[in-house]
Amino acid sequence: MKHVFPFSAIVGQDEMKRALILTAIDPSIGGVLVFGDRGTGKSTAVRALAALLPTISAVENCPYNCTGKTPETCPNCMVKLPKSQTKSGKSKAKPANKVVKVPTPVIDLPLGATEDRVVGALDVERALTEGKKVFEPGLLARANRGYLYIDEANLLEDHLVDLLLDVAQSGENLVEREGLSIRHDAKFVLIGSGNPEEGELRPQLLDRFGLSVDVASPTDLDERVEVVKRRDAFDRDPATFIAEWKVQDDALRKKMIAGQKSVSKVTTPDDILRDCAQLCIALGSDGLRGELTLLRTARAHAAFEGRSEITREDILAIATSALRHRLRRDPLDDAGSTTRVERIIADVFAT
Amino acid sequence: MTTPTPWEHAAQALTAFAIDPEALGGIWLRARSGPVRDRFLAALTEALPTQKLSPLADDEQLYGGLDVTATLATLKPVFTTGLITRGGVCVTPMAERIPAELAGRLGAALDSHTLSLVALDEGTEDESLPTALQDRLAIHLDLDALSFRDCPPIDLSNIETARTRLPTIEIPQETIRHITLLAAQMGITSLRAPVHTLRVARALNAIHGDAEIALHWAIRLCLAPRMLTPPPLQEDEQPEDTPPDQQQDNDGKDTNTQHSKTDEDLMLEAAKAILPKDLLASLATLDMKNAASTSGSKSGAKRSGNRRGRRLPSRRGRASSANRIDLLATLHTAAPWQAPRRKARPKDPRRILIEPGDIHIKRTQDVSDRAIIFAVDASGSTALARLAEAKGAIEILLAEAYSRRDHVALISFRGESAELLLPPTRSIVQTKRRLAALPGGGGTPLAAGLKTAYEVLDKAARKGMAPTLVILTDGVANIALDGEAGRGKAGEDALEIAKALRIQNAPIILIDTARRQQPLAKDLSDALTARYVPMPRADARRMAGAVSEALT
Repeated sequence: MKHVFPFSAIVGQDEMKRALILTAIDPSIGGVLVFGDRGTGKSTAVRALAALLPTISAVENCPYNCTGKTPETCPNCMVKLPKSQTKSGKSKAKPANKVVKVPTPVIDLPLGATEDRVVGALDVERALTEGKKVFEPGLLARANRGYLYIDEANLLEDHLVDLLLDVAQSGENLVEREGLSIRHDAKFVLIGSGNPEEGELRPQLLDRFGLSVDVASPTDLDERVEVVKRRDAFDRDPATFIAEWKVQDDALRKKMIAGQKSVSKVTTPDDILRDCAQLCIALGSDGLRGELTLLRTARAHAAFEGRSEITREDILAIATSALRHRLRRDPLDDAGSTTRVERIIADVFAT
Repeated sequence: MTTPTPWEHAAQALTAFAIDPEALGGIWLRARSGPVRDRFLAALTEALPTQKLSPLADDEQLYGGLDVTATLATLKPVFTTGLITRGGVCVTPMAERIPAELAGRLGAALDSHTLSLVALDEGTEDESLPTALQDRLAIHLDLDALSFRDCPPIDLSNIETARTRLPTIEIPQETIRHITLLAAQMGITSLRAPVHTLRVARALNAIHGDAEIALHWAIRLCLAPRMLTPPPLQEDEQPEDTPPDQQQDNDGKDTNTQHSKTDEDLMLEAAKAILPKDLLASLATLDMKNAASTSGSKSGAKRSGNRRGRRLPSRRGRASSANRIDLLATLHTAAPWQAPRRKARPKDPRRILIEPGDIHIKRTQDVSDRAIIFAVDASGSTALARLAEAKGAIEILLAEAYSRRDHVALISFRGESAELLLPPTRSIVQTKRRLAALPGGGGTPLAAGLKTAYEVLDKAARKGMAPTLVILTDGVANIALDGEAGRGKAGEDALEIAKALRIQNAPIILIDTARRQQPLAKDLSDALTARYVPMPRADARRMAGAVSEALT
């Protein structure tokens, strides 16, 4: 495997890193949208995340990365039982299903990928050679229980973006084509990145991402120098560089795993709920998606920080990421949405 | 040190690339096809094994796949390998035609350092290599101005030893700092640029054995072509190597250094010690033209973006006169079912059994992308008050254009000529900024305005956009196309160009901004077969309403 730049060695870009970590703690937060200049480490961060994420247990060689606990939902691992046995309400896993530790999948979705490649299609190879009708899982299957990364999401065809967001939300991919009828789990976190100069994402799609992060080239000279130095050190001797950062990466991973375990136990005081609602009202965001994301992200943040209760600091830490893209867009307002959100947050919490 | 010629640049670029192709990513070579480029490529192919990558390459060529013909013939799966899976050095002719999707895939491959790319860009000003790739290719070269006589063959015989030396080359931390600083001062935001510079410096150091010369070249090859603003060094450069008779300059110098002894300036002092003395100064003068053309082509790339009428993957659909059937995809879908269908219908005389569900239709990029081109008469005759009204109306239209994702272009004409303030863009904020800064006054070069509008409209149409022209004028022309004042000739010129515009067959809306309605604007509108919208005493919103009604 190629060497991957360590996550902890990425200089700055704290908001982006935090957003990625929080979705790993609670995937139900939804996708992350990363917009910003070229060469700011968007791709690096996502690829580094792949190496950082804890492993998952999955059935060996299962193209859907299924857990093996509910084989009846996985087209690969279930066994078609004779009718007499299914009546007993039991469905059995294939005897060959061996559960192993695999890395959390982080799948790249290339621009211009066909719908076939994304959702899966008839396996032409086997159809031609064996005359068998077999479903060949697509990228959605491979991304199950992991991440799906689209670089330049703003250039992706609109119908594909729609499809991806739909699947990401329902957590299930349903394929009805070529005489096939397949339903499989596709629970993944969508990460879209792009450069706003090359076209923006359709406003309707924006708020279906959980978090949104703006990245910019660092303006501080020392920070820039540090970026170049580390990149250079990595290029020169990746193995040593990774070894140097292993301690930090391991510590971060440990913290993430602890967060994953404790996130469901984090309690939410009533006044935090009020805070969330107040923020969303002040922003005038439609629907309740804003509140829910705010709450889930704050909870993940609290868990990551080792707290057992959400505090206002958690809300403050993540509110901008969770709300930035939910503003009613005013194309003629020169002030960036970040500033507007920050202003509103300051207003709401000042009272 | 004398300023090296572009061909010496090319030789150094090629040397560095041949030593460490994966790390450098590649070369963006802007040159017309010809003997100069051929000589460059000959040296490249001699030093490195290369493969050709078409700008129209599809996934199968990139990643390999099932060879359907061979598979059907042998009834065993036959796979082809792809360029990206094979890796190595790819040469791409006509790289300016690389569409965004291919650029995305190549970008990912470049990031993983398995592939390197020599992009041969023959683009003229409105076409250029996608910025995603520009950023990832370390070296930017322009060989257009060269003649073959000035280009001796490039000798790459020593690169083997250089490759073995490469891992031992160290670059001091201070130098890294200087390079980063220099890049920032040149207005280069992407941090890939300084990283590339270091890689090139390292490769060249491995062959020259001299860190300073290597760094010098690396800056010329990687940073200079990306420069947006010249580094503020050339002034301070003088005192160090000027003879005492120029000491009178010192007064100015002192104040100069006094008010700016910040941390950064101290860094600059240090940077000067490491960088060759004349380098930055010569960069500042020599490459200004280059820098201008770089930024120009950047906006060009942005403009061309993915708005071409290109092919999209075909989709299942119904055959109708409006759709074009993708025969290959249809056959591809039908192929595996031939045996069972034949079994079911042995009597069917058709040789291939295709069912409606197999049919795939071709799709091309939606042409519904609209470009609204505003041509605004900002002359003195459009009284300033009306200009403000016109601006207001355009702003309202912009908000609408935004919600429909239209592209917007802005042309103003006043004084003696017309100016394209903004080529078609989706950036509404930018348009608004330009619009707000639009000054008024001067003559009315109506013909020039229409001519520019024609050019923009034509270009937009060729890119597969559906352009609409909105002209805001009172129709009173008094500057002819050649810049001469005089109503008669000016009016004639305007009508002449109006004819050419009409042939374009794009919807045109003419908004008459005259205080009192005059026949002039109406005449022009008729010549354009435009929709005529008078703006007498109307408020901006009503006018915008009229336009958006005309648009639908």
